[in-house]
Amino acid sequence: MIRPELFEGQVRIPSGCAISAVISREGRLISGQTIVDSMRPMHERSNGLGGGFAGYGIYPEYKDFFALHIFYDTDEARAAVEAHLRAVLEIVRAENIPTRKHPAITAEPFIWRYFVAPLRSVLHSCQQDEEEFIARLAMRVNTGYPGAYVFSSGKNMGVFKAVGYPEDVGEFYRLEEYSGYCWTAHGRYPTNTPGWWGGAHPFALLDRTIVHNGEISSYDCNRRTIEMYGYKCTLQTDTEVITYIADFLQRKQGLTLEEMASVIAAPFWSTIERQPKGKSRELAYLRTVYSSLLITGPFSIILGFRGGLMALNDRLKLRSMVVGEKDDKVYIASEEAAIRAVEPGAENIWAPAGGQPVVVRVREGAY
Amino acid sequence: MAYKIMAQGLDAAGLGRQIQAHPGPVEVVGCLGQRFIGAGMHGKKIRVTGIPGNALGAYLNGGEIEVCANAQDAVGDTMNAGTIVIHGDVGDTVGYAMRGGEIYVEGSAGYRAGVHMKEYQDKVPVMVIGGRAGSFLGEYQAGGVILVLGLTGSGPIAGNFPCTGMHGGKVLLRCRPEELLFPGQVTALPASPQDLDAVRPYLEEFCRRFGKDLAFILNAPFTLAVPDSRNPYRQMYVAN
Amino acid sequence: MGQWEVYPEFEVVRSSARCTKCLGCVAQCANGVHQYDGVQLTCDSAKCVDCHRCVAMCPTRALKIVKADCALRENSNWDSQTIKEIFKQAQSGGVLLSSMGTPKPYPVYWDKLLLNASQVTNPSIDPLREPMETRVCLGKKPDKPQRGPDGRFTCELPPQLKLAMPMLFSAMSYGSVSYNAHEALARAAEELGVYYNTGEGGLHEDFYAYSPNTIVQVASGRFGVHEGYLNAGAAIEIKMGQGAKPGIGGHLPGTKVGADISRTRMIPEGSDAISPAPHHDIYSIEDLRQLVYSLKQSTHHKKPVIVKVAAVHNIAAIASGIARSGADIIAIDGFRGGTGAAPTRIRDNVGIPIELALAAVDQRLRDEGIRNQVGIIAGGSIRSSADVAKAIALGADAVYIATAALLALGCHLCRTCQTGMCNWGIATQRPELVARLDPKEGAKRLVNLMTAWNHEIMEMLGGMGINSIEALRGNRLMLRGIGLTAKELEILGVAHAGE
Repeated sequence: MIRPELFEGQVRIPSGCAISAVISREGRLISGQTIVDSMRPMHERSNGLGGGFAGYGIYPEYKDFFALHIFYDTDEARAAVEAHLRAVLEIVRAENIPTRKHPAITAEPFIWRYFVAPLRSVLHSCQQDEEEFIARLAMRVNTGYPGAYVFSSGKNMGVFKAVGYPEDVGEFYRLEEYSGYCWTAHGRYPTNTPGWWGGAHPFALLDRTIVHNGEISSYDCNRRTIEMYGYKCTLQTDTEVITYIADFLQRKQGLTLEEMASVIAAPFWSTIERQPKGKSRELAYLRTVYSSLLITGPFSIILGFRGGLMALNDRLKLRSMVVGEKDDKVYIASEEAAIRAVEPGAENIWAPAGGQPVVVRVREGAY
Repeated sequence: MAYKIMAQGLDAAGLGRQIQAHPGPVEVVGCLGQRFIGAGMHGKKIRVTGIPGNALGAYLNGGEIEVCANAQDAVGDTMNAGTIVIHGDVGDTVGYAMRGGEIYVEGSAGYRAGVHMKEYQDKVPVMVIGGRAGSFLGEYQAGGVILVLGLTGSGPIAGNFPCTGMHGGKVLLRCRPEELLFPGQVTALPASPQDLDAVRPYLEEFCRRFGKDLAFILNAPFTLAVPDSRNPYRQMYVAN
Repeated sequence: MGQWEVYPEFEVVRSSARCTKCLGCVAQCANGVHQYDGVQLTCDSAKCVDCHRCVAMCPTRALKIVKADCALRENSNWDSQTIKEIFKQAQSGGVLLSSMGTPKPYPVYWDKLLLNASQVTNPSIDPLREPMETRVCLGKKPDKPQRGPDGRFTCELPPQLKLAMPMLFSAMSYGSVSYNAHEALARAAEELGVYYNTGEGGLHEDFYAYSPNTIVQVASGRFGVHEGYLNAGAAIEIKMGQGAKPGIGGHLPGTKVGADISRTRMIPEGSDAISPAPHHDIYSIEDLRQLVYSLKQSTHHKKPVIVKVAAVHNIAAIASGIARSGADIIAIDGFRGGTGAAPTRIRDNVGIPIELALAAVDQRLRDEGIRNQVGIIAGGSIRSSADVAKAIALGADAVYIATAALLALGCHLCRTCQTGMCNWGIATQRPELVARLDPKEGAKRLVNLMTAWNHEIMEMLGGMGINSIEALRGNRLMLRGIGLTAKELEILGVAHAGE
């Protein structure tokens, strides 16, 4: 039994990690088995205390509804949350997420998913768009309903995570039964034993998910800044704060992915000053405006979103990351072996430089 | 012919830019509370109709501002040169820390007129108030000339505590010394003809600006208040 | 000694074996401690302020100054300082006047905060070889970036102060310190890529050359404030208060207002320069907005406006009000900060420590979602690069440094600035004393000090695995308290060591 005060959010738990991703530029569907298999060669980068996946394009029949994935500790917690959901949402489907018994995955919570749409009347009365409403709803459940945790809240995508090694987590969730145009994965190596499923990664808000490797040194600077804008960091993890930063910069500030990359992994001033004038001015501007959202210390992240992904290393490139391609598919992982495990014929293998964003988008209309 | 600027709908910064942009004399029409008119400017001639906002002519460094109505607080704040003419009353702290230039007020002034007014070499600021002044007239005054004429309004010519902390300059009031209670470090005596001669040019200018009769103004007793010391607080401290 | 005199606090001890009677000490001491009657050298210890000028200048090390052992009877309640102060006031009827920061043993929270370093889970960084950034942009940041019709950023920012390192020299007026002290500060600021601050005494005509590195101050006395002065500065600071004397105005006695100071302050020679306690155009927070914008308007919105306040009880709410009043930067001055002269009782009893004030302000501005609208400068006894790093981790953008800078110029902290007899040529206007401070050498020593601190900051950053100072700002996870109460930790927003 883990003491509750050592749960995620009560203490800050540094962790190392493995990450992997695959995406089809043509929007072709890829089996969940592929991403699970890519994690197997990186077994040593995890320690069995957290694994997870995000799949995009996996719920085509419900693509216009937000898919809420929720962990419950108790039936009472579920009853309380569902009463709230029913009051503000149209729920078109509610079900257990199918799992299979797995010897390595134990102490599972109740795992539910709901396909929902906010009630128009509710949106009108609180003057929010549906994304803002769902984002706030997720944060409200996670901070206000003990024993309940929303771990996925986007449209036509879903997060699946647990305490365990990633390949075991994949089998537990029967990921081979899903297919999507993009998958990301995470294997965790935390420094102590959180034992809580919500603390595993990816971390998600709406359709943005982050898998992340490394421990950032700017954490509290970033946290205290992002909390100014209505976000509440309950998990004290780097992934959580990076996800919120991405949501803030893109959804609320209207920055492009590349602009966001030059905020969180801003070039050094000496580099900025060597750029052509227009570029230099823009980079200096972004760095000045968002100086508190610069992320320092080691990180490699893969940001998944509807229709694409972005991979990014910290500006000193203190973590490993490799990119490869084959036909319409792009593979990104902490190690080349993870790519070769699922696509032995991968081509154009390269390692992006620190701070250099790798953006892959699915062809418009193909997702 | 002054270039007309319609103030309606402009904020202080927008109005300031328009005033600054036009090289010749300007007339600000329909002013309603826009602050900082003429602030930090020099060499401009600005006429204002409507009610200007606070800090009219702050840091003014030359030129002239004329207001055809009452003005609000902090007129001529830290003014260094130039002239401000108000055809009406002014609010509190007119001429705060003013170092040079002239302010003519046809009506009365609020509290703390001329607070910390100072002078330096050829820069001797002058403020003439046609009506009455509020309390703390010439507080901390370190230089310059303040004239209060009592031509409009009723009651005492200045409120309580005139010239507290005064350590330079002079205040001339069109009243008898015993009508006001001055603090200990200030000497207030009936003004001599020489004292009045020294300020005659300012009185003439006041009469010219507002169509008043100089002979009538001078046909009354005046009080001159000056500080005893430029170092009024030396004895208060002991080194520790 | 007369009936009402007490035995001197210090004794000047001369070794007759070493003394060569060069009479250097006689020439060096403006207080007249050392006298020579043609035969014998004598010392009047009663005049000694313990400034160590004679000690430092004695070529044979024949002099030392020791604490007198002639003590009043020990008493923890009525300590000898308290008793002597009563004697002084009974004698003079005057208000006790002191200089520099309070010497009282109040808690110094910097010394109860510890910094973090990386071990295993993320790497420390070697600042000698890896890039390490300490540049800071101080000023208001827009809530949302603006784009032009072409979709590109307009890149228009409110005016910013760019600092090569997170330290500025804080306000010391020409008058409270000497011409040469100002010149040293101005030269050093230029060389370091930072700023010095004129204080409230105006800007000497010779120093307009350093205006790109000058912050011009506007205080309640408005000395030397005019259009040219306002436009000369890189920024304008409104002085609302000073940590050493919150709620108190300034008073430069007429004896210190010589020709040059008279020109700079634009007041007559020999006239007292009195700064009223409040700005008489600011009796309420909305009036501050008026002064801020009158300054902005007068300088065509090109200069950031700093509002400097003393750290007082309600500082968080005050800072929030300042942030909403159009100020670009808030400077908070803690109660341990220095002064050229302040009533002793005010200095030693009014205000709060900068550490608590800074923590409260940073948190309040974040709670209200307006921390990005202002820069924060913390001051009031920043004694080392460790204090700087801790201040930034608590939430400051940069720090103000004054006492440390004066020490670099030769000040020995004898705390008698108010006499105007500074033997080190700093807090004096006497030409023969001022000449003792070589501005070029002084600038060099200031540059040395700041450069060394900056290196140390880089070392600490590197240890924490941070390679840019902005990632330390408000990063309170990098701090732990030691020996603090739960309430103190709560206000500071840090965990206790071991947590």
